[in-house]
Amino acid sequence: MFTVDRTNVDQLFRLLQQKGYTLIGPTVRDGALILDAISSASDLPVGWTDDQGPAHYRLRRRDDASLFGYSVGAHSWKRYLFPPAVKLVDARRQGRSMDCTSPSPDSASQGTPLKKYAFIGVKPCELNAILIQDKVFLGSGTVDPFYKAARERLFIVAANCTQASGTCFCASMDAGPRAQRGFDLAITEVAGKQHYFVIDAGSKKGTEILLELPHRKSSQQELDEAARRVQKATDQMGRQLDTAGVRDLLLKNPEHPRWEEVSQRCLNCANCTLVCPTCFCSSVEDTTDLAGKTAERWRRWDSCFTLDFSYIHGGCIRSSGKSRFRQWMTHKLASWNDQFGSSGCVGCGRCITWCPVGIDITEEVRAIRGTKRQEQLMHS
Amino acid sequence: MNDSLNSTMVPTPFRVQRVRRETHDTFTLELRPPDGSRTLPFAPGQFNMLYMFGVGEVPISISGDPSHPERIVHTTRVVGTVTRAMHTLKPSDSLGVRGPFGTPWPVEKAYGSDIMIIAGGIGLAPLRPAVYQILSQREKFGKVVILSGTRTPADILFRKEMEQWRSRFDVDLFTTVDRAMSGWKGNVGVVTTLISRAPVDPQNSVAMVCGPEVMMRFTVMELQKRGIGGDRIYVSMERNMKCGLGLCGHCQYGPTFVCKDGPVYPFNRIKDYFAIREI
Ligand SMILES: Cc1cc2nc3c(=O)[nH]c(=O)nc-3n(C[C@H](O)[C@H](O)[C@H](O)COP(=O)(O)OP(=O)(O)OC[C@H]3O[C@@H](n4cnc5c(N)ncnc54)[C@H](O)[C@@H]3O)c2cc1C
Ligand code: SF4
Ligand code: SF4
Ligand code: FES
Repeated sequence: MFTVDRTNVDQLFRLLQQKGYTLIGPTVRDGALILDAISSASDLPVGWTDDQGPAHYRLRRRDDASLFGYSVGAHSWKRYLFPPAVKLVDARRQGRSMDCTSPSPDSASQGTPLKKYAFIGVKPCELNAILIQDKVFLGSGTVDPFYKAARERLFIVAANCTQASGTCFCASMDAGPRAQRGFDLAITEVAGKQHYFVIDAGSKKGTEILLELPHRKSSQQELDEAARRVQKATDQMGRQLDTAGVRDLLLKNPEHPRWEEVSQRCLNCANCTLVCPTCFCSSVEDTTDLAGKTAERWRRWDSCFTLDFSYIHGGCIRSSGKSRFRQWMTHKLASWNDQFGSSGCVGCGRCITWCPVGIDITEEVRAIRGTKRQEQLMHS
Repeated sequence: MNDSLNSTMVPTPFRVQRVRRETHDTFTLELRPPDGSRTLPFAPGQFNMLYMFGVGEVPISISGDPSHPERIVHTTRVVGTVTRAMHTLKPSDSLGVRGPFGTPWPVEKAYGSDIMIIAGGIGLAPLRPAVYQILSQREKFGKVVILSGTRTPADILFRKEMEQWRSRFDVDLFTTVDRAMSGWKGNVGVVTTLISRAPVDPQNSVAMVCGPEVMMRFTVMELQKRGIGGDRIYVSMERNMKCGLGLCGHCQYGPTFVCKDGPVYPFNRIKDYFAIREI
């Protein structure tokens, strides 16, 4: 472990830029944290933190000048690896012939030009979400070429959490608040009278960059202080989810009355799936020019909360709100395990914060667990 | 040209070689690769994603003979935007193809067993390749029974071929219609009513079922009543599909993806979700 002073953060950014990376990081825009291109540490949300609760999000000033003293905003990094819209096919028609080509993942015609990204300040829950999407897009049979191209050239600077929000529960999901693997560099910020970062390299790329930075071996006191701050985030976490047996609990309770109850509140707005850093569903859209000579196919983010999602001739498979809510939660917490060998939820809390009516996935699990317990009591 | 048409989202243009009108709303397309040289080997039960220029792409099962992979045959019912556009195709027109995708009917696993092929409506199309493959090695199977139900006599698919199968001594073919018209001398009633009469040994039979989901539900019940185990009943499921690759998420059925874990499933694999509504 090494320590790098706050004053050298811009040097880190410059080194990455010199190596051709476009820096992406959190920044404040219109009263919220978003992800966007940044060029220096002053573009980060310096001295900001966030208050989050069900259907509630507000930025607030901190009493220090932390660069990473907040949890997560509505944007997740998936928009750079799995962009909201990607062109899949260019088709041309000549007479009765047709020609289909795929825009190369490297070309700018993809809607989002493919750059070499360095993600700055990836929280551990989000890092785990990236590792989960790796399994979806790279590790389950078919490889998504766009994801692969963007992922291979990615540099990840993870920021261990020193500030959790009211909707966070990554500790329950074993996804934080400390990054375990998958980063190039992982930093723990200590902002106070002294402002420094305890840094760990997780890859060769990361070590190379670290060695070029002014750094020193961390003192025991620095390490202890960093650990204490991460522990504080664990203690602050506003939510918990009891994962014991949750897969079977949900798969075995498809007719639980709670699905119907919660669907009465659900607006089917799809916010929860769009903000979720692991949701991977997409649809395709076909368009032609007016003359009917050229056509395009675009892939766009989709959500299991829409009716079209399950449409087959004759109607929608999941026509009730109840069945769509059940699909979402059962997929996240149960069938994801069967498909990709882990939970589909990292406990980032976004779906709770950005749900307009404040539906809380942890509360829903408790409700289903609770009544199930009662039933078991009655039968025993 | 990309050698494997099933690893990408880019369709390969094929040429329509022949168009056959099957019924008032069903047609069969025979497709050839543009350069005439390539084949598209497939197993019975698999499907392709067919792309109509600028209109859209839909999953359609391969209905042709697996021993002729140079002819890609699809039988399609007109139900909406893409299938309607496909219906206007004429010989020499182009159609994009990706595939083949999905799991096959268990033809080889069924060696030595009696076979029940049970189709509802257009469900006969995905089963036809299995019938071809079974009949081309007829000696490897016990009894071969084909049960086919359609709404009306006018909806019966592959009429000429069905007559050929019916006239074989080594095939038992039964057809039924939901609603008869004057002149119809055959069975009336849903296809499940034929199951109890099928001359097979339930202890040693393999059933392959394709049709609307309700039809399959009742069919499975009848088959189980006759003592055919859930590990020897195979059903072909249908879900919305956008990719065929296990990436778009649309075809999820319980924890499975119909495009890669299906469409053909042993009933036992999905029995926990089969009865759940809207799953
Ligand atoms: C594995 C599989 C094999 C199939 N095999 C055949 C076959 O051999 N012959 C045949 O006639 N039909 C088959 N179907 C059904 C066929 O895919 C639909 O009838 C077709 O998608 C309807 O498209 P449309 O644009 O004409 O209809 P619309 O109703 O206009 O469809 C709009 C969209 O909904 C989706 N959709 C609608 N109906 C279905 C459906 N039944 N299944 C999946 N997605 C649907 C499509 O994505 C389509 O883009 C199969 C479906 C699956 C999943
Ligand atoms: S099915 Fe729903 S919950 Fe699952 S990944 Fe897709 S959008 Fe997310
Ligand atoms: S389900 Fe909710 S808490 Fe879990 S990863 Fe998705 S947005 Fe975050
Ligand atoms: S069709 Fe896209 S995942 Fe199955």
